[in-house]
Amino acid sequence: MNRDEILQCTGVIARYLLPTLKIFGFTLIFSIPLGMVVALLKKCRFKPLAWLINVYILIMRGTPLMLQIITIYYAIPMLKVSDSPFLQNLFAGVDTRSDGYQFTALITAFALNYAAYFAEIFRGGIESIPKGQYEAAAALGMTKTQTFFRVILPQVVKRIVPASSNEVITLVKDTSLASAIAYAEIFRKAREQMVTYSNLTPLFIAGIFYFIMNALLTMLFSAIEKKLDYYK
Amino acid sequence: MAVLEVRNLSKSFGGLEVLKDISFDVEKGCVVAIIGPSGSGKSTLLRCVNQLEKASGGTVSVCGMELIEGYKNGKPVYAPAETLRAIRLKIGLVFQNFNLFPHMSVLKNITEAPVCVLKKSKQEAEETAVGLLEKMGLSGKANSYPCELSGGQQQRVSIARALALNPEILFFDEPTSALDPELTGEILKVIKELAKEKMTMVIVTHEMAFARDVADHVIFMDGGVIVEEGAPEQLFGDTQNERTKQFLQRYNNN
Repeated sequence: MNRDEILQCTGVIARYLLPTLKIFGFTLIFSIPLGMVVALLKKCRFKPLAWLINVYILIMRGTPLMLQIITIYYAIPMLKVSDSPFLQNLFAGVDTRSDGYQFTALITAFALNYAAYFAEIFRGGIESIPKGQYEAAAALGMTKTQTFFRVILPQVVKRIVPASSNEVITLVKDTSLASAIAYAEIFRKAREQMVTYSNLTPLFIAGIFYFIMNALLTMLFSAIEKKLDYYK
Repeated sequence: MAVLEVRNLSKSFGGLEVLKDISFDVEKGCVVAIIGPSGSGKSTLLRCVNQLEKASGGTVSVCGMELIEGYKNGKPVYAPAETLRAIRLKIGLVFQNFNLFPHMSVLKNITEAPVCVLKKSKQEAEETAVGLLEKMGLSGKANSYPCELSGGQQQRVSIARALALNPEILFFDEPTSALDPELTGEILKVIKELAKEKMTMVIVTHEMAFARDVADHVIFMDGGVIVEEGAPEQLFGDTQNERTKQFLQRYNNN
């Protein structure tokens, strides 16, 4: 590929940076709070619920994200026309032909998958806080809610930063899995260009985009770690 | 008036009885020291009174408030949440491992509970905290974090934190066991100061000389029961029980 072709190709790929960032952003917005809820439900004393949460985490972490994306995307249109009236009604409100359906299915799959990973990180963080912290707060007359939000959670945040940064960086790269259902983002476009030019360069250009995003995130996370370094 | 009345208190973990039929009173302004070998139930006793553990039997009364209202099917029925909270605020607890909040400055550690539990203004809580820090000899440390302090300093902060709620009675659960002898001295000095001010205290300790020196009443526990108790001169000077003699002997030899 000559210089002009490379520039043109970079321009085409760059236009699809926004869809990639959209997957990244929406996944984080939904999966972090959902992961928190899942982590707390897993500790719940009602055994059937805790068991259900375990099964959910097991499936989400035990099968490929690409499989989950494809399943969610194609399963709903199939279930809508199934024989079961219950399933028909359940998905009656979902318009699988609308413009937003593809993106909604994507974010659903990503959020469910990442929530399972975040839940395990949060659980580990919560369990790593010594019992003495709860006891000190209780002895001072603090309520359970006050204890969680004022004493436990701030310490959990510090402890889960390294593991979360791992997860967030993986997410940047995982956005490329959206190409499995033909969602137009960086990776999908790079592959199209690769075919057009019969050349691998477009893929490397996409690689540079991912690399830059992750370099920025790495810097952001080390800044956060530094900021939280005022106590041990 | 007795600030604390414990009657026939018992506690089992599964089938294991760690406290059996414990009864004692703590009068206002008195210092009670509880001594005894490890595993004798001293800490569990404090924890049952302070609701960190649930008692299995008996009654506990703090400043006239009953912790346990009665028994149903052999299980204790605790007082309503409001009473439990009120009882808790009458008791300050100092832990062996300090248990300071590491993400808060020294000042914030002390003001946190007065502000969010007693609903005091931040300014009022800080004024109290500054006064307490001065009393503990930690005037310059208000903005430090616990990790920047020595063990002795951390323990003094945790005493200030407990005092900030203005409790009627202060519990110490082996306050010097995590400290070296030099730092132990500074904590014992602080406790002696509090004793001079007629602070009511219950101290679980392995420091025999200190117990003898500061306590008005000494309780020796072993195997979950009170084996012997009395004034320090009597318990240390004129020991009656064989088990107590044996225990104290070991300390004198060291």
